[in-house]
Order: sequence, then C-alpha cells, then structure tokens
Amino acid sequence: MVTYIIRRLLLVPVLLVGVTILIFGMLQFLSPIERSALYIRDVPKNDRAVEGVIKQYGLDKPLYVQYWKWLVGVTNEKTGERRGGILFGDFGYSRIASQPVADLIKNRFPNTLDLTLWAVAPVILVGIWLGVQAAVHQNGIIDQAARMFSIVGTSFPTFVFGLLVLMIFYANLHWFPPGRLSDWANRVVLTNTFHHYTQLLTFDALLNGRFDIFLDALRHMFLPILTLSYISWATFLRVTRSSMLETLRMEYITTARAKGLPEKDVIYKHAQPNAMIPAITLAGFSVIGLLGGVVITETVFTYPGIGQAAAQAAAQLDVVTVLGFALFNGFILICSNLVVDVLYAFVDPRVRLS
Amino acid sequence: MAEMNPTGDNTLLRETTALREIGWFERFLGPENYRIITGLLKTPASIFGFILIGLFVFISLAAPIIIPPTTPNDPYKIPRDGFSPNPKPMGTEWKRNAPPLPFWYKPIMKSDQWVHIMGTSTGQYDIFYGIIWGTRTAFRTGFIVVITTFLIGTIIGAISSYYGGAVDNVIMRVVDVFLTLPFILAALILAAVITPRFGKSLFPAIIALIAFGWMTYARLIRGDILSVKQRDYVLAAQVIGVKDSRILMRHIIPNAIFPTLVYASLGIGDVVLSFAALSFLGIGTEIGYADWGQVLSFARNWITSLNQYWYIIVWPGLTLVLFVMGWNLVGDALRDVLDPRMRGKS
Repeated sequence: MVTYIIRRLLLVPVLLVGVTILIFGMLQFLSPIERSALYIRDVPKNDRAVEGVIKQYGLDKPLYVQYWKWLVGVTNEKTGERRGGILFGDFGYSRIASQPVADLIKNRFPNTLDLTLWAVAPVILVGIWLGVQAAVHQNGIIDQAARMFSIVGTSFPTFVFGLLVLMIFYANLHWFPPGRLSDWANRVVLTNTFHHYTQLLTFDALLNGRFDIFLDALRHMFLPILTLSYISWATFLRVTRSSMLETLRMEYITTARAKGLPEKDVIYKHAQPNAMIPAITLAGFSVIGLLGGVVITETVFTYPGIGQAAAQAAAQLDVVTVLGFALFNGFILICSNLVVDVLYAFVDPRVRLS
Repeated sequence: MAEMNPTGDNTLLRETTALREIGWFERFLGPENYRIITGLLKTPASIFGFILIGLFVFISLAAPIIIPPTTPNDPYKIPRDGFSPNPKPMGTEWKRNAPPLPFWYKPIMKSDQWVHIMGTSTGQYDIFYGIIWGTRTAFRTGFIVVITTFLIGTIIGAISSYYGGAVDNVIMRVVDVFLTLPFILAALILAAVITPRFGKSLFPAIIALIAFGWMTYARLIRGDILSVKQRDYVLAAQVIGVKDSRILMRHIIPNAIFPTLVYASLGIGDVVLSFAALSFLGIGTEIGYADWGQVLSFARNWITSLNQYWYIIVWPGLTLVLFVMGWNLVGDALRDVLDPRMRGKS
C-alpha cells in the first residue's frame, strides 16, 4: 500500500514538469514580442521599446533560460518587483479580457465549480443505476433499450445535443434560458447588499435568503446539466453494465443464490458493491473532467465558466490566455488524478497488492 | 460417418472434431483476424452501421453529381445567395450563384430552377451544399488524421514495448503527459497556437488532432506487442541472431498490428466529431468552407429564434449524428469481438 502510494506520488513531479514543458513548447510558436504578454500588460508600439522589453525579459535567450524565467518570473533588480512566473500563479496578461489571466481564472472558476457540484449527482447516480438495471435484466427490454440509448448517446455530439435542447426548451418553450442569470437577478447580485460568501452563486443566493435568485440560477444551469448527464450516462452505463455482468457470474453470487437469499439482496448487497469499483474510478475522472471546465457545453450555453473563457480566447487567438487556462487545468487534473488513484487503492485491494 | 463422431457440447470436443472447411480468405488473414472480420459482419446493428458508412462514402464520391460546384476551382466554398444575415426557409428560390443543374434535378424536383433544399444559414450559405461537400471534408480530415496518428502511435508503441525497461518507462510517461489535458482542450490550444502560422485552413485543426491523438494507438499496439514478444518464434529469431529492427518489422509487428488497425479504421467517426467540435468553436477553416462544424456554428447567432430557424441545426446536426453513429455501431461490435473474454469462441 505504502509503496503503491509512494510510486504514485513520484509520478506527480514528472507529470508536472512534463505538462509545463509541453505548454512551454507550444508557447514557442509565438514570436518573442507576442510572448512578452507573459510579463507586461501592453506591448509597446515603437521598435526601441520592443527591443528593450525583449532584452529585459530575456525573450531572446536560450530555451532553458527562458523556461526558467517562465517558471519563476523576472525580478526587477532596482525595485525587487517580480513579473511573470507561473510557479507564483502569474500566467501573464489576457488580451481579450484586458486583465491578468490569473484574475480571469479566479472570476470564472467559481461558476464552473458551481455547475460541477450540481451536475455530479445526476451524471453519476443515474448513469450507474441505468447500468445496474441493464445488467440485471441482461438481454431484456431494459438492456436493449439501454444499449440503443448508449449508442445514440455516444453518437450525439455535445454541441448538436446542446443546440437541439436549446431549440426545444428555450426557443420554443421558453423554460430554460442559456447564460448564467436573468437580467433582474444579475442586477441584484451586483448590488452591495448581496454578499458573496462562497463565490458560488447558488449557495450565495441561499445564504442571502434570495430564494428567487437561487431558482433563477438553477433554471439557467438546467440545460447544461442535462447535456452533461446525457453524454456521460452512455459511458457510465457501459462500464457499470459490463462490470456488473462479470460480478454476477462469480461463484459467490451462485453461492448466495444457492443458499436461498432473495434476488434483491443478492444483487444489491452482494453483487453491486463489488461491481461499483470501475464505476467509482470513472466517477472520479468525470468529476475531474467537469472541474476542468467543459469547453463545448459551456460555450453552447454561453455559461461563463473557465471552459467557455478558454474557447473564446482560442477563437480570438489570444494564446497567452489559452495557455494559462491549460496550465491551470493541468495542475487541477494532475492533483485530482492523484487523489482518485490513492482512493482507488483504498477501495480495491487488488490495486495496492499488484 | 457423422454418428461415429463423439457428441456433446464442450470446447475440447469441438476443437478436436473441427472439420470445417477453411477458405482462402481465412487462410490469408489467419484464424484470429478472420474471427474479427466475420464477427463484425454478424449483428444487425453493425450491418446497419456499415450501411450508414457506405451511404456517406457514396455521398462524398458523388458530390459533384449531387450538387455541382458553382466555383469548380474551389468546390469547398459554399455558394452564397446574397449577404442577408437572416436564414431563409427550405424551398426558397436560389437567385444568385446557383450551381449548374445536375441530371437528377428536373425529374425529381419538377423544376429547372435550383431551390435551397435545406434552406440557407446566416449570410445565405446554402445548407444542402455545405452538408454534401462537407462529407468530403469529413472523410479527408478523418483519413489524414487516422492514418498519421496510427503510424505515429504504432512506431512509438513498437519501440516502447520492444525495448522495454527505461525506454518503455520514458515513453509511457510522455504518453501520460500528453493524456493529462482533456483532448478537446489540448487540441483547441494547439490549433489556436499554430493558426497564425498556417492561416485559417484545415491544417491547424488536423495537426492538433494528430498531436494529441496518437497515444491510444501507442498504448494498444504496445500491449499487443508485449504479448507477441513472448512467443517462441521471436525467441528463435533472437537466438539465431536476427537484427532487432528486422525482428520487429518482420516478425512482431505483422502479428500484433491487426486489432490496432481495425480499431484505427473505426476511429474516423471520433476524429470527424472532434474536428467538427473544433470548427464549431471557431478554430479551423475560414467562414464559408464546406464543413459540418462550420455549418452548425452558424446557428450560434440564432439561439433565441431557433424555433423559427430550426433547419439551420436539424439538418447538419442529423448528418453529423448519423455519420458518427455509423462508425459507433461498427465500433461497438468490434469491442465485443476484441473482448479477451470472447477470444477463442466463434
């Protein structure tokens, strides 16, 4: 167990260095002067100033020097002021948002987190439930329907599904609008009397006692959650179904049946807990995926999370911003993957013994 | 003589009494690969999948007959009927830039004037044209990306698994790094970074999909090679002193490559989906290029009036769904066939 965790921990610095090198490599596609957005807000107009900036931040130095400066930033010798340095959380300046990339992430991330928290239950629980039902009634009507559903589900591109539900539930029925809040609610949220305790809009609304704003926020999140659920159910269904089928063929299940246990107990007490292990891993990864910002879903529903910001920056070729998001995403993913893997070792003895 | 054979249903008996004829095709592919191919052609779902794929192959080959290009030098440019931002409904008369009439048009449509069969989108781009010629774009990008990722993945996976040890370890950590970022985000970033270098075209998206798409193949082929490496004929070749590169190319890869190859050939659906997603997000081709993601992205400006302009998402959306579904149906059958628990059963 301890060796497994240590081995897994040793992988973390490797991945972190790897991802930073990968992103630094992509930065090299930019000209030195474009890269200066890593350190300064406005790129100077005249040539002399441009040269000064390139020299000051070492943008013409060998790659390893630049990589090091990119990691720890450039300190002004006279004032002791540090600029840049991704290790200190300074990802440079965003052209499209005209603010530091770190601030942009700080503004957007709570929205993504909010969406994740509300999407987790429908995405995971319903998907697993469907898979168990399909396995228990193998080759029955439920199984066939589930299988059909899962194929249709995996074939539906997120953006096509998103546009279709927008057409039905917004354009036709006016039930669930896209965006984050209605105008009236937004005005309330921006006033001084509305306190941002957690930065998560739905929870803040409840803490402020504004139930109407809470409902309005949920109404806007309904379609993104529906889309996310629909596309992940297919995967959960498939994984849970096959692991459940495998478990149901085990000898201890036969034993349980042979000694006369009711079928309900056999399935839900003996088989399901053991069949859940792959589904739990998958659940871990899908939460991580949601946290990283779901680029397409957020874009279709103009939901102001980090995925939408990344897509917007990419479409306008604001590379420094996009790479800032990639770094942030990489850090989140590496850390949470670690947590999932370690938890997995606690759940499944086979992992830690091998 | 049949009654003299032992009867009953167990594997050993079936294997010892196997008297079935082996055709040239099976001899050519080998029993395991033959099982994969026949398994793919067995279920109704996968046959339906093959029919869908065939339909799209037909559309892409017959594109110039279905709707001849208005500008033959640049057939991928969707002809525009004016510049008005508002989409026009299905069946509107095609006034400007109408393509030449194909032979099937008059008998079926009972008219010698082109209409917008599926309506027009923002900027009067004809949706029908975009869908038909977009099929070609889909296959082109799909083939380029799948073939390149397959080659890169195979080479890297082969080197990694054949040499093992430190080489394997380093390569697999590189694979881990490439798999860290979510695929679509990684591809989006790389495409955005290289777009200023290549200009708006198919290339940035294709390169991005290749750069972050080879890892699955590398892992797959690595696993298969690791098992083939254990076989006696490889050991025999090593003992008589055959060169590493020759053992790899002549003995190991040909025996290990087939499952990855089939898997890769079905990867086109996923590639086309990702490509459409990228161009939907505004990365990739210039506006007006016949590609499905592009046609769908026109709808983003009309979210509030999709009840009126439903045709600007339903037709291209349906096309993309059917295309991906065709590949998925076959892929689903493939998963069953390649499942190790099913090996050895016919």
